[in-house]
Amino acid sequence: MAENLIKPENLVYKKSGIMTDRVLHYCPGCGHGTAHRILAEVIEELGIQNETIGVAPVGCSVLAYYYFDVDMQEAAHGRAPAVATGIKRVMPEKYVFTYQGDGDLAAIGTAETIHACNRGENILIVFVNNGIYGMTGGQMAPTTLIGMKSSTSPFGRDIKTMGSPIKMTELVAQLPGTYYVTRQAVHKPANVRKAKKALKKALEYQKLNKGTCFVEIVSNCPSNWKMTPVQSNEWMEENMFPYYPLGDIKLPQDENKK
Amino acid sequence: MAKHGDIVIDIERCKGCEVCLAACPHSVLALSPEVNKKGYHYTVKVNEDCTGCTNCAIVCPDAVITVYREK
Ligand SMILES: Cc1ncc(C[n+]2csc(CCOP(=O)(O)OP(=O)(O)O)c2C)c(N)n1
Ligand code: SF4
Ligand code: SF4
Repeated sequence: MAENLIKPENLVYKKSGIMTDRVLHYCPGCGHGTAHRILAEVIEELGIQNETIGVAPVGCSVLAYYYFDVDMQEAAHGRAPAVATGIKRVMPEKYVFTYQGDGDLAAIGTAETIHACNRGENILIVFVNNGIYGMTGGQMAPTTLIGMKSSTSPFGRDIKTMGSPIKMTELVAQLPGTYYVTRQAVHKPANVRKAKKALKKALEYQKLNKGTCFVEIVSNCPSNWKMTPVQSNEWMEENMFPYYPLGDIKLPQDENKK
Repeated sequence: MAKHGDIVIDIERCKGCEVCLAACPHSVLALSPEVNKKGYHYTVKVNEDCTGCTNCAIVCPDAVITVYREK
Protein backbone atom coordinates (compact mmCIF):
# COMPACT_ATOMS: atom_id res chain seq x y z
CA MET A 1 0.00 0.00 0.00
CA ALA A 2 1.45 3.32 -1.01
CA GLU A 3 -0.17 5.61 1.51
CA ASN A 4 0.31 5.40 5.28
CA LEU A 5 -3.17 5.19 6.77
CA ILE A 6 -2.08 5.02 10.38
CA LYS A 7 -2.96 8.52 11.52
CA PRO A 8 -5.47 9.78 14.06
CA GLU A 9 -8.00 11.05 11.49
CA ASN A 10 -8.32 7.53 10.04
CA LEU A 11 -8.87 5.80 13.38
CA VAL A 12 -12.02 3.62 13.33
CA TYR A 13 -11.45 1.29 16.27
CA LYS A 14 -9.36 1.35 19.41
CA LYS A 15 -9.63 -0.15 22.87
CA SER A 16 -12.12 1.82 24.94
CA GLY A 17 -10.72 4.22 27.51
CA ILE A 18 -13.14 2.65 30.01
CA MET A 19 -10.95 -0.48 29.91
CA THR A 20 -7.84 -0.10 32.06
CA ASP A 21 -4.46 -1.06 30.62
CA ARG A 22 -4.17 -4.19 32.74
CA VAL A 23 -3.65 -7.36 30.75
CA LEU A 24 -6.77 -9.53 31.15
CA HIS A 25 -6.08 -12.71 33.10
CA TYR A 26 -8.62 -14.68 31.03
CA CYS A 27 -7.54 -17.69 28.99
CA PRO A 28 -6.88 -17.13 25.26
CA GLY A 29 -10.13 -16.69 23.32
CA CYS A 30 -12.38 -16.54 26.40
CA GLY A 31 -15.59 -14.58 25.77
CA HIS A 32 -15.31 -12.77 29.11
CA GLY A 33 -12.80 -10.36 27.55
CA THR A 34 -15.08 -9.52 24.64
CA ALA A 35 -18.07 -9.10 26.94
CA HIS A 36 -16.05 -6.71 29.14
CA ARG A 37 -14.87 -4.79 26.12
CA ILE A 38 -18.31 -4.09 24.65
CA LEU A 39 -19.76 -3.14 28.03
CA ALA A 40 -16.88 -0.68 28.45
CA GLU A 41 -17.53 0.70 24.95
CA VAL A 42 -21.20 1.24 25.77
CA ILE A 43 -20.36 3.07 29.01
CA GLU A 44 -17.98 5.27 27.02
CA GLU A 45 -20.48 5.96 24.24
CA LEU A 46 -23.20 6.88 26.72
CA GLY A 47 -20.74 9.14 28.56
CA ILE A 48 -21.66 7.67 31.95
CA GLN A 49 -18.25 6.66 33.32
CA ASN A 50 -18.65 8.77 36.45
CA GLU A 51 -22.23 7.64 37.03
CA THR A 52 -21.71 3.90 36.62
CA ILE A 53 -21.16 1.41 39.43
CA GLY A 54 -20.42 -2.22 38.64
CA VAL A 55 -20.66 -5.25 40.88
CA ALA A 56 -18.18 -8.08 40.27
CA PRO A 57 -19.00 -11.74 40.99
CA VAL A 58 -17.05 -14.75 42.15
CA GLY A 59 -15.88 -16.84 39.22
CA CYS A 60 -13.33 -16.18 36.49
CA SER A 61 -14.60 -12.60 36.27
CA VAL A 62 -13.93 -12.00 39.98
CA LEU A 63 -11.24 -9.51 38.96
CA ALA A 64 -13.56 -7.51 36.69
CA TYR A 65 -12.92 -4.49 38.92
CA TYR A 66 -9.33 -4.39 37.64
CA TYR A 67 -10.48 -3.94 34.08
CA PHE A 68 -13.35 -1.44 34.16
CA ASP A 69 -12.33 2.11 34.92
CA VAL A 70 -15.57 2.79 36.81
CA ASP A 71 -16.49 2.41 40.47
CA MET A 72 -16.78 -1.28 41.27
CA GLN A 73 -17.78 -3.37 44.26
CA GLU A 74 -16.98 -7.05 44.76
CA ALA A 75 -19.86 -9.20 45.98
CA ALA A 76 -19.82 -12.51 47.82
CA HIS A 77 -20.49 -15.49 45.54
CA GLY A 78 -23.93 -15.14 43.93
CA ARG A 79 -24.87 -12.03 45.87
CA ALA A 80 -24.20 -9.43 43.18
CA PRO A 81 -27.90 -8.64 42.51
CA ALA A 82 -28.46 -8.07 46.24
CA VAL A 83 -25.40 -5.82 46.49
CA ALA A 84 -26.49 -3.97 43.34
CA THR A 85 -29.97 -3.53 44.86
CA GLY A 86 -28.45 -1.81 47.87
CA ILE A 87 -26.25 0.45 45.74
CA LYS A 88 -29.09 1.43 43.41
CA ARG A 89 -31.49 2.17 46.24
CA VAL A 90 -29.00 4.43 48.00
CA MET A 91 -27.90 6.07 44.74
CA PRO A 92 -30.88 5.79 42.36
CA GLU A 93 -29.35 8.27 39.90
CA LYS A 94 -26.38 5.95 39.20
CA TYR A 95 -26.23 3.31 36.48
CA VAL A 96 -25.70 0.01 38.29
CA PHE A 97 -24.76 -3.30 36.69
CA THR A 98 -23.77 -6.76 37.84
CA TYR A 99 -21.53 -9.03 35.79
CA GLN A 100 -21.94 -12.71 36.65
CA GLY A 101 -21.15 -16.20 35.42
CA ASP A 102 -23.66 -19.04 35.38
CA GLY A 103 -22.28 -20.72 38.51
CA ASP A 104 -22.55 -17.43 40.33
CA LEU A 105 -25.95 -16.37 38.97
CA ALA A 106 -27.73 -19.68 38.43
CA ALA A 107 -26.40 -21.86 41.27
CA ILE A 108 -25.33 -20.21 44.51
CA GLY A 109 -27.02 -16.92 43.55
CA THR A 110 -30.34 -18.21 42.22
CA ALA A 111 -32.34 -16.66 45.04
CA GLU A 112 -30.69 -13.26 44.69
CA THR A 113 -31.15 -13.31 40.92
CA ILE A 114 -34.81 -14.26 40.99
CA HIS A 115 -35.80 -11.93 43.79
CA ALA A 116 -33.94 -8.93 42.41
CA CYS A 117 -35.67 -9.51 39.07
CA ASN A 118 -39.00 -10.10 40.79
CA ARG A 119 -38.70 -6.88 42.74
CA GLY A 120 -37.89 -5.19 39.47
CA GLU A 121 -34.72 -3.55 40.70
CA ASN A 122 -33.58 -0.92 38.22
CA ILE A 123 -30.26 -2.57 37.50
CA LEU A 124 -28.60 -4.30 34.56
CA ILE A 125 -27.65 -7.93 35.09
CA VAL A 126 -25.05 -9.20 32.61
CA PHE A 127 -25.09 -13.00 32.68
CA VAL A 128 -22.20 -14.79 30.99
CA ASN A 129 -23.30 -18.38 30.46
CA ASN A 130 -20.55 -20.82 29.52
CA GLY A 131 -22.30 -23.86 30.94
CA ILE A 132 -19.58 -24.66 33.44
CA TYR A 133 -17.71 -23.46 36.54
CA GLY A 134 -14.66 -22.03 34.80
CA MET A 135 -12.64 -20.68 37.69
CA THR A 136 -12.68 -23.77 39.88
CA GLY A 137 -11.75 -26.28 37.20
CA GLY A 138 -14.76 -27.15 35.09
CA GLN A 139 -17.34 -28.58 37.48
CA MET A 140 -20.93 -29.05 36.29
CA ALA A 141 -23.10 -25.94 36.51
CA PRO A 142 -26.91 -25.82 36.55
CA THR A 143 -26.56 -24.66 32.93
CA THR A 144 -24.35 -27.58 31.78
CA LEU A 145 -25.96 -29.20 28.73
CA ILE A 146 -27.52 -32.65 28.78
CA GLY A 147 -24.79 -35.17 28.07
CA MET A 148 -22.06 -32.57 28.47
CA LYS A 149 -18.97 -33.79 30.27
CA SER A 150 -17.51 -31.82 33.14
CA SER A 151 -15.15 -32.72 35.97
CA THR A 152 -18.16 -33.60 38.15
CA SER A 153 -20.19 -35.23 35.36
CA PRO A 154 -17.45 -37.26 33.68
CA PHE A 155 -19.98 -39.46 31.89
CA GLY A 156 -22.05 -36.49 30.77
CA ARG A 157 -24.94 -34.72 32.47
CA ASP A 158 -27.74 -37.15 33.12
CA ILE A 159 -31.24 -35.68 33.51
CA LYS A 160 -32.39 -38.40 35.87
CA THR A 161 -29.85 -37.66 38.55
CA MET A 162 -28.81 -34.10 37.71
CA GLY A 163 -31.91 -32.49 36.25
CA SER A 164 -32.08 -30.41 33.09
CA PRO A 165 -30.03 -27.31 32.32
CA ILE A 166 -31.81 -24.29 33.75
CA LYS A 167 -32.82 -21.47 31.40
CA MET A 168 -32.49 -18.56 33.78
CA THR A 169 -33.16 -16.00 31.10
CA GLU A 170 -36.55 -17.46 30.10
CA LEU A 171 -37.31 -17.85 33.79
CA VAL A 172 -36.69 -14.21 34.74
CA ALA A 173 -38.51 -13.03 31.61
CA GLN A 174 -41.74 -14.35 33.16
CA LEU A 175 -41.39 -12.11 36.19
CA PRO A 176 -43.29 -8.81 35.98
CA GLY A 177 -40.23 -7.04 37.44
CA THR A 178 -38.08 -7.51 34.34
CA TYR A 179 -38.29 -4.89 31.59
CA TYR A 180 -35.89 -6.07 28.91
CA VAL A 181 -34.55 -9.63 28.65
CA THR A 182 -32.36 -10.85 25.82
CA ARG A 183 -29.83 -13.56 24.93
CA GLN A 184 -26.76 -12.72 22.88
CA ALA A 185 -23.28 -14.01 22.00
CA VAL A 186 -19.88 -12.40 21.33
CA HIS A 187 -17.92 -14.91 19.24
CA LYS A 188 -18.46 -13.40 15.77
CA PRO A 189 -18.51 -9.82 14.50
CA ALA A 190 -22.30 -9.73 13.86
CA ASN A 191 -23.00 -11.17 17.32
CA VAL A 192 -20.67 -8.68 18.97
CA ARG A 193 -22.47 -5.80 17.26
CA LYS A 194 -25.89 -7.09 18.35
CA ALA A 195 -24.79 -7.82 21.91
CA LYS A 196 -23.34 -4.35 22.20
CA LYS A 197 -26.64 -2.81 21.03
CA ALA A 198 -28.47 -4.89 23.62
CA LEU A 199 -26.19 -3.69 26.42
CA LYS A 200 -26.62 -0.12 25.28
CA LYS A 201 -30.42 -0.38 25.28
CA ALA A 202 -30.34 -2.03 28.68
CA LEU A 203 -28.32 0.81 30.22
CA GLU A 204 -30.44 3.44 28.50
CA TYR A 205 -33.61 1.83 29.87
CA GLN A 206 -32.22 2.18 33.39
CA LYS A 207 -33.08 5.87 33.21
CA LEU A 208 -36.77 4.98 32.80
CA ASN A 209 -36.99 3.16 36.16
CA LYS A 210 -39.13 0.44 34.63
CA GLY A 211 -37.42 -2.63 36.06
CA THR A 212 -34.56 -5.04 35.68
CA CYS A 213 -32.74 -5.46 32.38
CA PHE A 214 -31.18 -8.89 31.93
CA VAL A 215 -28.67 -9.60 29.17
CA GLU A 216 -27.41 -13.17 28.83
CA ILE A 217 -24.27 -13.73 26.79
CA VAL A 218 -23.82 -17.37 25.79
CA SER A 219 -20.09 -17.85 25.88
CA ASN A 220 -17.26 -20.36 25.76
CA CYS A 221 -14.77 -21.81 28.19
CA PRO A 222 -12.07 -23.22 25.93
CA SER A 223 -9.91 -24.34 28.86
CA ASN A 224 -12.51 -26.42 30.66
CA TRP A 225 -14.33 -27.55 27.54
CA LYS A 226 -10.84 -28.74 26.56
CA MET A 227 -10.91 -27.25 23.08
CA THR A 228 -9.07 -24.55 21.19
CA PRO A 229 -10.87 -21.18 21.27
CA VAL A 230 -11.98 -21.56 17.64
CA GLN A 231 -13.25 -25.13 18.24
CA SER A 232 -15.04 -23.97 21.37
CA ASN A 233 -16.90 -21.29 19.41
CA GLU A 234 -17.97 -23.88 16.83
CA TRP A 235 -19.05 -26.26 19.59
CA MET A 236 -21.00 -23.44 21.20
CA GLU A 237 -22.88 -22.74 17.96
CA GLU A 238 -23.68 -26.41 17.45
CA ASN A 239 -24.56 -27.34 21.01
CA MET A 240 -25.26 -24.31 23.21
CA PHE A 241 -27.34 -22.24 20.76
CA PRO A 242 -30.00 -24.92 20.10
CA TYR A 243 -30.70 -25.11 23.84
CA TYR A 244 -30.05 -21.42 24.56
CA PRO A 245 -31.37 -19.74 21.39
CA LEU A 246 -30.16 -16.21 20.75
CA GLY A 247 -32.56 -13.30 20.52
CA ASP A 248 -34.83 -11.05 22.53
CA ILE A 249 -37.03 -12.81 25.06
CA LYS A 250 -38.87 -9.86 26.56
CA LEU A 251 -39.12 -6.45 24.98
CA PRO A 252 -40.47 -3.31 26.62
CA GLN A 253 -44.25 -3.11 26.09
CA ASP A 254 -44.36 -0.25 23.57
CA GLU A 255 -41.54 -1.71 21.49
CA ASN A 256 -43.56 -4.91 21.15
CA LYS A 257 -46.42 -2.97 19.61
CA LYS A 258 -44.27 -1.29 16.97
CA MET B 1 -13.58 0.18 -5.06
CA ALA B 2 -13.30 -0.99 -1.49
CA LYS B 3 -11.68 1.43 0.90
CA HIS B 4 -8.20 0.79 2.19
CA GLY B 5 -7.56 0.10 5.81
CA ASP B 6 -4.75 -0.86 8.10
CA ILE B 7 -4.36 -2.34 11.54
CA VAL B 8 -1.89 -2.12 14.40
CA ILE B 9 -1.49 -5.23 16.55
CA ASP B 10 -0.29 -4.98 20.13
CA ILE B 11 1.63 -8.24 19.84
CA GLU B 12 2.69 -8.44 23.48
CA ARG B 13 -0.96 -8.53 24.60
CA CYS B 14 -2.01 -11.06 21.96
CA LYS B 15 -2.71 -14.57 23.28
CA GLY B 16 -2.85 -16.24 19.88
CA CYS B 17 -6.45 -17.39 20.26
CA GLU B 18 -7.02 -17.07 16.47
CA VAL B 19 -10.59 -15.80 16.82
CA CYS B 20 -9.74 -12.78 14.63
CA LEU B 21 -8.39 -14.93 11.80
CA ALA B 22 -11.76 -16.28 10.72
CA ALA B 23 -13.45 -12.92 11.33
CA CYS B 24 -11.40 -11.24 8.58
CA PRO B 25 -13.19 -11.30 5.20
CA HIS B 26 -9.91 -10.73 3.35
CA SER B 27 -7.63 -13.30 5.02
CA VAL B 28 -5.33 -10.54 6.19
CA LEU B 29 -4.35 -12.28 9.42
CA ALA B 30 -2.27 -15.30 10.38
CA LEU B 31 -0.32 -16.46 13.41
CA SER B 32 3.37 -15.64 13.53
CA PRO B 33 5.88 -18.50 13.72
CA GLU B 34 7.61 -16.50 16.51
CA VAL B 35 6.27 -16.12 20.02
CA ASN B 36 5.88 -12.99 22.18
CA LYS B 37 7.31 -12.53 25.70
CA LYS B 38 4.46 -14.56 27.18
CA GLY B 39 5.20 -17.40 24.78
CA TYR B 40 2.17 -17.01 22.57
CA HIS B 41 2.23 -17.05 18.78
CA TYR B 42 0.67 -13.72 17.89
CA THR B 43 -1.47 -12.38 15.07
CA VAL B 44 0.31 -10.71 12.15
CA LYS B 45 -0.74 -9.13 8.87
CA VAL B 46 0.11 -11.28 5.88
CA ASN B 47 -1.20 -9.13 3.02
CA GLU B 48 -2.25 -5.57 2.20
CA ASP B 49 -5.93 -6.31 1.57
CA CYS B 50 -7.28 -4.76 4.78
CA THR B 51 -10.38 -2.61 4.27
CA GLY B 52 -10.57 -1.40 7.85
CA CYS B 53 -13.87 -3.18 8.50
CA THR B 54 -13.03 -3.62 12.24
CA ASN B 55 -14.25 -7.25 12.35
CA CYS B 56 -10.97 -8.54 13.79
CA ALA B 57 -10.81 -5.85 16.45
CA ILE B 58 -14.36 -6.32 17.71
CA VAL B 59 -14.03 -10.09 18.20
CA CYS B 60 -10.70 -9.79 20.01
CA PRO B 61 -11.22 -10.56 23.71
CA ASP B 62 -8.01 -8.72 24.59
CA ALA B 63 -8.55 -5.59 22.49
CA VAL B 64 -5.13 -5.87 20.87
CA ILE B 65 -6.11 -4.57 17.43
CA THR B 66 -6.47 -0.90 16.48
CA VAL B 67 -8.05 -0.21 13.09
CA TYR B 68 -7.61 2.64 10.61
CA ARG B 69 -9.60 3.31 7.44
CA GLU B 70 -9.01 5.93 4.76
CA LYS B 71 -11.59 8.69 4.84
C1 LIG C 1 -19.27 -19.48 48.98
C2 LIG C 1 -18.42 -20.05 47.89
N1 LIG C 1 -18.71 -21.26 47.40
C3 LIG C 1 -17.96 -21.79 46.41
C4 LIG C 1 -16.90 -21.10 45.90
C5 LIG C 1 -16.06 -21.72 44.80
N2 LIG C 1 -16.31 -21.12 43.50
C6 LIG C 1 -15.56 -20.12 43.04
S1 LIG C 1 -15.98 -19.65 41.49
C7 LIG C 1 -17.20 -20.83 41.41
C8 LIG C 1 -18.06 -21.02 40.19
C9 LIG C 1 -17.77 -20.05 39.09
O1 LIG C 1 -18.46 -20.40 37.93
P1 LIG C 1 -19.20 -19.34 37.01
O2 LIG C 1 -20.01 -18.42 37.83
O3 LIG C 1 -19.91 -20.11 35.95
O4 LIG C 1 -18.05 -18.44 36.40
P2 LIG C 1 -16.89 -18.74 35.35
O5 LIG C 1 -15.69 -19.02 36.21
O6 LIG C 1 -17.31 -19.93 34.51
O7 LIG C 1 -16.79 -17.50 34.56
C10 LIG C 1 -17.25 -21.55 42.59
C11 LIG C 1 -18.18 -22.66 42.84
C12 LIG C 1 -16.63 -19.82 46.44
N3 LIG C 1 -15.63 -19.07 45.98
N4 LIG C 1 -17.40 -19.32 47.44
S1 SF4 D 1 -11.38 -20.95 32.73
FE1 SF4 D 1 -12.91 -20.71 31.11
S2 SF4 D 1 -14.23 -19.00 31.74
FE2 SF4 D 1 -12.34 -18.93 32.95
S3 SF4 D 1 -10.98 -17.50 31.86
FE3 SF4 D 1 -10.46 -19.60 31.20
S4 SF4 D 1 -11.72 -19.93 29.37
FE4 SF4 D 1 -12.60 -18.15 30.44
S1 SF4 E 1 -10.02 -4.59 9.76
FE1 SF4 E 1 -11.27 -6.11 8.61
S2 SF4 E 1 -10.14 -6.39 6.67
FE2 SF4 E 1 -8.71 -5.39 8.11
S3 SF4 E 1 -7.56 -7.10 9.07
FE3 SF4 E 1 -9.31 -6.61 10.43
S4 SF4 E 1 -10.93 -8.02 9.75
FE4 SF4 E 1 -9.40 -7.98 8.09
